[in-house]
Amino acid sequence: MAETGLSERLRPYRAVLASRARSQRVYRANFAIDLGSSALVGLVELAEVWVLFSNVTALGGMRFHQILLVFGLADLSFSLADLSFGHLDTLPDFLRAGTLDVFYLRPQPILLQLITSDISLRRLARAAIGAAALGVGLATAGVTWGPRTAVLLPLAIVSGYATFAGLFVWAAGLQFFLLDGAEMTNAFVYGGRYAATQPAAVWSRPLKLVFGFFFPMAFTAYLPAVTILGLPGPNWLPAWLGWYAPAAAVWSWLMGLLCWRWGLRHYQGGGG
Amino acid sequence: MRATARVYWRLLAAGFRRQSAYRLAALGGLVANLTFGLLKVAILFATVRAAGGRLHGYDTASMSTYVWLSQGLLGSVNLTGRTDLALRVKDGQVAVDFLRPVDLQAATIATEAGASLFSLIPRGLPSVLLGAVTVGLLLPSSPVFYLLGALSLLLGIVISAATVYLIAVAGFWLVETRGVQILYMLASGFLGGLYVPIGLFPHWLRIVAAATPFPSIMMYPVDVLSGLGGAGSAAELALAQLAWLAGVAAIGQLLTRAGRRRLEVQGG
Repeated sequence: MAETGLSERLRPYRAVLASRARSQRVYRANFAIDLGSSALVGLVELAEVWVLFSNVTALGGMRFHQILLVFGLADLSFSLADLSFGHLDTLPDFLRAGTLDVFYLRPQPILLQLITSDISLRRLARAAIGAAALGVGLATAGVTWGPRTAVLLPLAIVSGYATFAGLFVWAAGLQFFLLDGAEMTNAFVYGGRYAATQPAAVWSRPLKLVFGFFFPMAFTAYLPAVTILGLPGPNWLPAWLGWYAPAAAVWSWLMGLLCWRWGLRHYQGGGG
Repeated sequence: MRATARVYWRLLAAGFRRQSAYRLAALGGLVANLTFGLLKVAILFATVRAAGGRLHGYDTASMSTYVWLSQGLLGSVNLTGRTDLALRVKDGQVAVDFLRPVDLQAATIATEAGASLFSLIPRGLPSVLLGAVTVGLLLPSSPVFYLLGALSLLLGIVISAATVYLIAVAGFWLVETRGVQILYMLASGFLGGLYVPIGLFPHWLRIVAAATPFPSIMMYPVDVLSGLGGAGSAAELALAQLAWLAGVAAIGQLLTRAGRRRLEVQGG
């Protein structure tokens, strides 16, 4: 009974998402270009890492094969979060045009409506680049396979996805206050993605505080990778922290929902 | 002639004033600049240190100069490829722009350059100052580099506006220019030296970069301003920028003329 109740309640969201997904595939040529350019985004980001490693053998205690693990984990999780939550970035447009008020007319939570209002299938291509980098990293970096790795790897991907998703909600909540200053949240959303692909051992102490813990980017890729590879972690970021990736996800959502509630209370409507 | 110059000067000033209205946006941009700058410093300093303290002419001090000058430029050059003009071409409003007694290309570039120059005040200078305070910078002592640097910076801003103009007018034929815009965004950031200075590229990739206008937008102004490579090389870079500006502007003018006829066919 409860089962049918839930599926019944989710039906409108499913219908919207399915129609969004269909609409993107209708213009085939356009969708192909979107997929191609999204893959290119991932490749160029990988190239940036590769260029650095073409000059040195190791950075922050990691070789190129090992950093592929970090890059892959970070980009895979981020792209999937971007696919399903990235459009929360357009909230300032809704606020400026006063169109957010429409969402208040429907008997569904506003955040849930916004999240399910779109899905960017093109990001699948970038997620594939991340997955490929992760695969190559796993195959070539000398990972010892065993139950520990088998548990930690999916745990890291799911937690990383949730952490980034929470980050998008966090940013959206702050948009109610920032409006024109939306770029400020880019500092921790897109800056966070950039940080997540780096070996955190190179960070200064303030960066470790900001992107190691407050915006828990080190937990999405670097720490799980260090744990999987059996490397010693740097100061402040010991390797066993890799197991606490889910805690980072919980923290990210806690802050996200808190900021969202706070922002929604602050919002006074578009005057319509 | 003087009247024409005055019109474009007014447009430049209008762009400058328009940008001054978005103060909160400038602050947001500054916060993002600073964050990305600190992350760039972390990874690039680690690279220089891993290479033994010196890498392709960079030590940590000159690397810091590169990071903060490039972060400061970020608000003034267009590395996303998005423009208002592209939207106006797409929905046909550009027909109204053609009715005005000014050259579409020159007017667009002048307005954009004005906005870019304003952005140097709330985003450019503070980025460099914050970088100098938090990490430390190495700036050249000879005034030659500042004079050449100012010229190179101005050229970079104009080349950036003239290059994204090409994407917008490509819309006369393509209508939807998002694909080209994304390609531009990827190529200009990477080959323009946004995340990694071009000097660290492998040789073949450096040649690829030099065959595009993108280093002229960001890397060359940064190199000239930081005095890396001496006065002779700085002058060479500024000359290369002039050549790219001439090329990009000529193509833009040709595309505008051809596109104008094309638009009339479409509009009936």
